[in-house]
Amino acid sequence: MPFMPVKFNLQKRVKLAQGLWMLYWLSVIVGILIFSLGIFFKIELRKRSEMMDNNESHLVPNLLILVGVLACGVNAFGGKVCHDSLDPIKFAKWKPMLKPYMLLCCGFNVLLLLTALLCFLMQFAMYLTLAEGLKNGIKFYKDTDTPGRCFMKRTLDMTQIEFRCCGNNNFRDWFEVQWISNRYLDMSNDEVKDRLLSNVEGKYLMDSVPFSCCNPGSPRPCLQHHLTNNSAHYDYDHRTEELNIWTRGCREALFSYYSSMMNSIGALVIATIFLESVDMAGLKYLSTALETMLDPENPECESEGWLLEKGVKETFTELLAKLKTLGKTNQVEEGGEAVTAAT
Amino acid sequence: MLLKMNFTQQRRVRLAQGLWLMSWLAVMCGAFIFCLGVYLKTELLRRNEVMENTEIHVVPNILMMVGLASIGTNWVASRVCQDSLDATRFPRWKVLLLAWFAVAALLCCLLIAVVVLSYALQGRLEESLKVGLRNGIRFYKDTDVPGRCFQKETIDRLQMEFRCCGNSNFRDWFEVQWVSNRYLDFTSKDVKDRIRSNVDGRYLLDAVPFSCCNPASPRPCLQYHLTDNSAHYNYDFQSEELNLHSRGCRQALIDYYMGLMNSTGPGVLSVILIQMTVLVSLRYLQTAVEGAMALEDPEGESVGYLLEKGVKETIEDVKINVMTMLKLAQVDPAEASPDGEKAADATPPAS
Repeated sequence: MPFMPVKFNLQKRVKLAQGLWMLYWLSVIVGILIFSLGIFFKIELRKRSEMMDNNESHLVPNLLILVGVLACGVNAFGGKVCHDSLDPIKFAKWKPMLKPYMLLCCGFNVLLLLTALLCFLMQFAMYLTLAEGLKNGIKFYKDTDTPGRCFMKRTLDMTQIEFRCCGNNNFRDWFEVQWISNRYLDMSNDEVKDRLLSNVEGKYLMDSVPFSCCNPGSPRPCLQHHLTNNSAHYDYDHRTEELNIWTRGCREALFSYYSSMMNSIGALVIATIFLESVDMAGLKYLSTALETMLDPENPECESEGWLLEKGVKETFTELLAKLKTLGKTNQVEEGGEAVTAAT
Repeated sequence: MLLKMNFTQQRRVRLAQGLWLMSWLAVMCGAFIFCLGVYLKTELLRRNEVMENTEIHVVPNILMMVGLASIGTNWVASRVCQDSLDATRFPRWKVLLLAWFAVAALLCCLLIAVVVLSYALQGRLEESLKVGLRNGIRFYKDTDVPGRCFQKETIDRLQMEFRCCGNSNFRDWFEVQWVSNRYLDFTSKDVKDRIRSNVDGRYLLDAVPFSCCNPASPRPCLQYHLTDNSAHYNYDFQSEELNLHSRGCRQALIDYYMGLMNSTGPGVLSVILIQMTVLVSLRYLQTAVEGAMALEDPEGESVGYLLEKGVKETIEDVKINVMTMLKLAQVDPAEASPDGEKAADATPPAS
């Protein structure tokens, strides 16, 4: 018994062909959308690659670009087949290509599933890359005279201003590194010498943050220096003062930005998988409906379409048997017609 | 006849088809002009707080109006083209066409006026920004005064986004008190000295807010004691360039808005060109089709022209028409004036 059979007359066949043609072109547009999203994601990663030590993984955007191009090609071919399907002469030249095409679609769906999984799983890798990259960024903030790192200060300042964040986990990360270059420190000054001697590594540590941590929405002009010293500023208690600098860490800010992007792209890819499956089912119905026409010369005759020629279980057992016997070729046949052709 | 051309049936059909396409292109251009006007208006409204008056808003307002009118006008032109080759449907457009030409010419003039205005109003924009920014800097500290509490945030974000500092330059901050009294310790000697050092009793500093800091500077930002070389190590006030943004916000905003309007200039000029083309082509189509309808053989050759008589004669004709229309409109005063004349005739003999 065929799996999910449907009876078709001429009217229904025509409607199916037309509907399927429109669906394929919709899938082409979705493919273009995935391609452009891949390019957008790649550009966004490149823009902030300094914050990630330049070793962020471009696997996901590259895969998205590839998948987008493939989707366009596969679906455009499907649309062309639908367009020609109601003309027996034109359809005859596409008929032999349908089996390999369906296999290709199956493989493409698997690739889409892999891409969606990667979109969700690579977020962990991104989190770790950001943590490492920001730690180094803060460490090299002062090295504006070292070739290769002279723009780290500007990049980090602009990032903190744009994403409204301060430091790696929070603003206290700035207390642990020397972010003022030795070029601007007066080494003959007693206070400077005291600070340098106060820690093992001889770093000039302060309880201050750079200006880019300042929150413009605060009613008070920004307090950057002597943050833990209540007496350094009038009417200031560092435990209750909230708004003056950004309290969020840049790792969290950047990660939420990228993860929301990756989540929405992943959701779109999953929707594309559903769309592709519907396309494949429709094409299977159309091709079987055209093949089982009782009288090929009379276009008005009835025919029957199905998804699988036999039931699901039988198809699977046939598949396994074929895989065992035809070990060399890897062809996975849905309809089991190759078995009948071989016998 | 001015600039006459011969039109066969074939050419008339081609002209109608080409003009139909052209008028739909002109509809798209009208939509483009409308969107341009909306964009410009939104950009001006975003910085509304630092502008004192809204005179410059006349440019986007005219653009929006012209965009909408142009969409309607060119849609009418495409309908006329569709009906032009059908002798039964074309005559109903006859009356409307004269008004259409007037409206289309008016739209072109308005677009040219917009281009001129966008350059002419630059001075007014500068004045408006000067006063607006001066007030913004003055009220920077009033974060507790209702109606002005967001002035600080506005100015800070403006300075960070446009990479500018102060009105003309960063010294504008030296002349106002930008630290609120709530955060000043009045028992401190330093504070009392500073307040007494000027007539108005303001706490003036040679310091700038953090938003003036330039992120591209290799040195962590120096905000306070800017004129005091000894307050910072290895610092020379006269030669320090990168520490703060060097441009004033007024100049930055003017550059930004003039850049916007200049980049839209070529677009507007090409829209004017397209509109003129539609106008001229429609005139040719109208005269050619009317000429063809008047012939015995409607499919034969006809003559299309811009003006039936020469330019001078047309102007004379128009003047006479306008005079007669005015005289018809002045029916009552015309009846009253013969009575007035009789009274005037009567009085001199009396005197």
